[in-house]
Amino acid sequence: MLPYMIKRLVSLTISLMAASLVIFFVIEVVPGDPASFMLGLNASPETVAALRDSLGLNAPAPMRYWQWITGLVQGEFGISYTYKVPVSELIADRFWVSMPLSVYALMLSTAIAFPVGVIAAARRNSPTDVSIMGVTQLGVAVPNFWFAMLLVLLFSITLRWFSAGGFPGWEAGFFACMKALTLPAIALALPQASILARVMRSSLLDTLGEDFVRTARAKGLTRRQALWRHALRNALIPVLTIIGLQFSFLLAGAIIIENVFFLPGLGRLVFQSITQRDLIVVKSVIFLLVFAVILVTFIVDVTYAIVDPRLRRARA
Amino acid sequence: MALLEIEKLNVSIKGTPILRDVGLGVDAGEVLGVVGESGSGKSMTAMAIMQLLPVGTEWNGAVRLGGKALETFSEKDMCALRGNEIGMVFQEPMTALNPVQTIGDQVAETILVHSGKSRREARRIAREALNRVGLPEDRFPLDRYPHDLSGGQRQRVVIAMAIALRPKLLIADEPTTALDVTTQAQILKLLKKLVDEDGMGMILITHDLAVVADMADHIAIMKDGEVVEAGDTVTLFREMKHPYTRSLFEASNHVPSRNPVNVPGRGKPVIEVSGVVRDYPLPRRSLFSAPGHFRAVDHVSLAIGRGENVGLVGESGCGKSTLTRAILALDPVQSGEIKLDGGVFSTHGHGPDRDMRRRVQVVFQDPYSSFNPRHRVDRLIAEPFFLLDEQPDREERHRRINEALVNVGLQPSDAHKYIHEFSGGQRQRIAIARALIIEPSLIVLDEAVSALDVSIRAQILDLLADLSDRLAISYLFISHDLSVVRAITDRVLVMKSGKVVEEGLTEDVFRNPRHPYTKELLAATPVLDEALKAREARAAASGLGASS
Repeated sequence: MLPYMIKRLVSLTISLMAASLVIFFVIEVVPGDPASFMLGLNASPETVAALRDSLGLNAPAPMRYWQWITGLVQGEFGISYTYKVPVSELIADRFWVSMPLSVYALMLSTAIAFPVGVIAAARRNSPTDVSIMGVTQLGVAVPNFWFAMLLVLLFSITLRWFSAGGFPGWEAGFFACMKALTLPAIALALPQASILARVMRSSLLDTLGEDFVRTARAKGLTRRQALWRHALRNALIPVLTIIGLQFSFLLAGAIIIENVFFLPGLGRLVFQSITQRDLIVVKSVIFLLVFAVILVTFIVDVTYAIVDPRLRRARA
Repeated sequence: MALLEIEKLNVSIKGTPILRDVGLGVDAGEVLGVVGESGSGKSMTAMAIMQLLPVGTEWNGAVRLGGKALETFSEKDMCALRGNEIGMVFQEPMTALNPVQTIGDQVAETILVHSGKSRREARRIAREALNRVGLPEDRFPLDRYPHDLSGGQRQRVVIAMAIALRPKLLIADEPTTALDVTTQAQILKLLKKLVDEDGMGMILITHDLAVVADMADHIAIMKDGEVVEAGDTVTLFREMKHPYTRSLFEASNHVPSRNPVNVPGRGKPVIEVSGVVRDYPLPRRSLFSAPGHFRAVDHVSLAIGRGENVGLVGESGCGKSTLTRAILALDPVQSGEIKLDGGVFSTHGHGPDRDMRRRVQVVFQDPYSSFNPRHRVDRLIAEPFFLLDEQPDREERHRRINEALVNVGLQPSDAHKYIHEFSGGQRQRIAIARALIIEPSLIVLDEAVSALDVSIRAQILDLLADLSDRLAISYLFISHDLSVVRAITDRVLVMKSGKVVEEGLTEDVFRNPRHPYTKELLAATPVLDEALKAREARAAASGLGASS
């Protein structure tokens, strides 16, 4: 197990270094001059030169990359050009909205998808299965922002159970915050749960056809016991892969939902920074998101090894 | 009263009859061999006894186990019976075990499901069962996972699961078909020992007449869902009343008659393999040590002349597949040289060109998965044409496709069909046509008849012999099945741990094996006639004992 984890950690570090290089070069080196980008078309050459100087852009690229990386490691992300506050502060505030939202949505989608997928697989071709497949088909097709608006219409405007948007801040208490995140989490979770349930079902159906399930039945296990004790754990690998992908998507891809619900999350921050050409924020947030995605991949890899003993022996 | 009695068992899937009026009986302490080709319904009979038939299957008839009428049992009653009074062993040990559970847990589960015993007690019984099947504690602790074990060892675990509760009846469905001959011999011996010790009844399902003659006291021959002949093993084989029994017997001992025509250059060397080495890298033991390597093929040399058929035998892991891949130039060699028609075919750092590649073709084991199902037969067999520098024109192409199809005993009109329209034997003919079409010097037959039923196998062997006689094609015939190798090859090489340990004319090697490993292989191979003689001798001895 340990060699396997070390191997995954090494590959994680290499991916991170590669990602930081790509981000740095795409944003700072490739598309011309960030200073004139920031100041717009009408800026005078003197102003641009002054800004370049104050941003430290006159230093050679490898030097600037080194400064950026060492800063990142120490938690120094620089000062935002538009907000004039440290980027780290800006990100930290948003992170504590996006992160709980993603975790919340993921827990919801998993909690829905697992039982639904298992029931559909256990009762293959029954009316239950057919209707589950129909509903999840719809769930995959419906855009989540449109679904979010329906939720607002029903629960906020008609029933008045939830507010239509905004975030009270963690000072307001855990429950107030979770309540504010509930509708966005549902809007994010349902389409994902549909995908996950379908994956769960097909993966489980595959494993139910395996020889070892027949062996289990020949031992005297009932259909249900064979499913729970033998098929389920073997069916988890593809499901875990999808969960990992979904979490990464939720963290970075919630931009539209954050906009629908006026949530001050990372997605919104990236969106705003790009329109305001606050490149230093863009760069840092993207790096953070990449870090999160790679970390989740690592966690998924480790979970694979927990589920499947064959992976615990690290292979070269 | 017999332990198991089946009367008038009928099974149908969605209206299609699968079994018709099947009647069988097994006594305690006795082995019943059920023999038949694929589709004969022998596995379906086993699944009907277990009542584990596929969804949508209808059945009726009487199945009585120890006087209990199983047809009246509910699913819940059957769950209590399966694994407890009937144990079952399957064909494919590599997939029959749950890969994410330890062997101890899987054996203990049988005990836990059926008895109120504690986990500890269940594990103790599991340990005993594993000891009984020859997996001792010091080498096979309960917390081993299936992937640590070989095929034969996994089959032992499956057997341990089946016999842990000492059932009255054991059903073994092709338990050794996927195993090497020496492993097969060990597993059969183990099953026999368990039957004797526990007084179990056993149903042994197999396609192999020699295995069944060795193991079974009674035999039932099945064909198309019916029992065509049944009886005492010796009597059945000595009399062979039913024509199908006779044809099965003949097909399994079939030796194609040879009649080579004189083709110029016959006997001239086609392929010469000298001192070939194939290494596989092993994972590093630690971060800093140099990666080791595993020598799969160790300085192997062989030569095949024009029109000559050479057999290559050995057990799984002996390096015969690796050698094949090197001869097909699918993998580079680390040292040594392969020459084809006198020119260098492949050596270290140098592979063959397209024209050379064309002259070595291959036929694989599985006729079901070695074709693209979306192409028509003409396109499938004309595929090697892309190896030619000049593509044949439409007419020439057409002519050669027809010729290849006729050569392998099919019709030119088959060219426009899809592969799913053919049976396994016909598919293997198409695979041979694909290899033949660009007139290769050598065809590598990699277990090419191993997946086929005996009657089909006999036909394919005839076809191969005929092609070799008429066209002086050379074969490298790779197989684990010694009787087939004996029937078709002129010379044979025996491989073990990457080395050729014995080589010679096929008849000489089979009659007078010199290397201990060859002797071991031959001793482990079941032979119908010898098994029958041994059985008769035993019967005579016990008859004498009874009369004196």
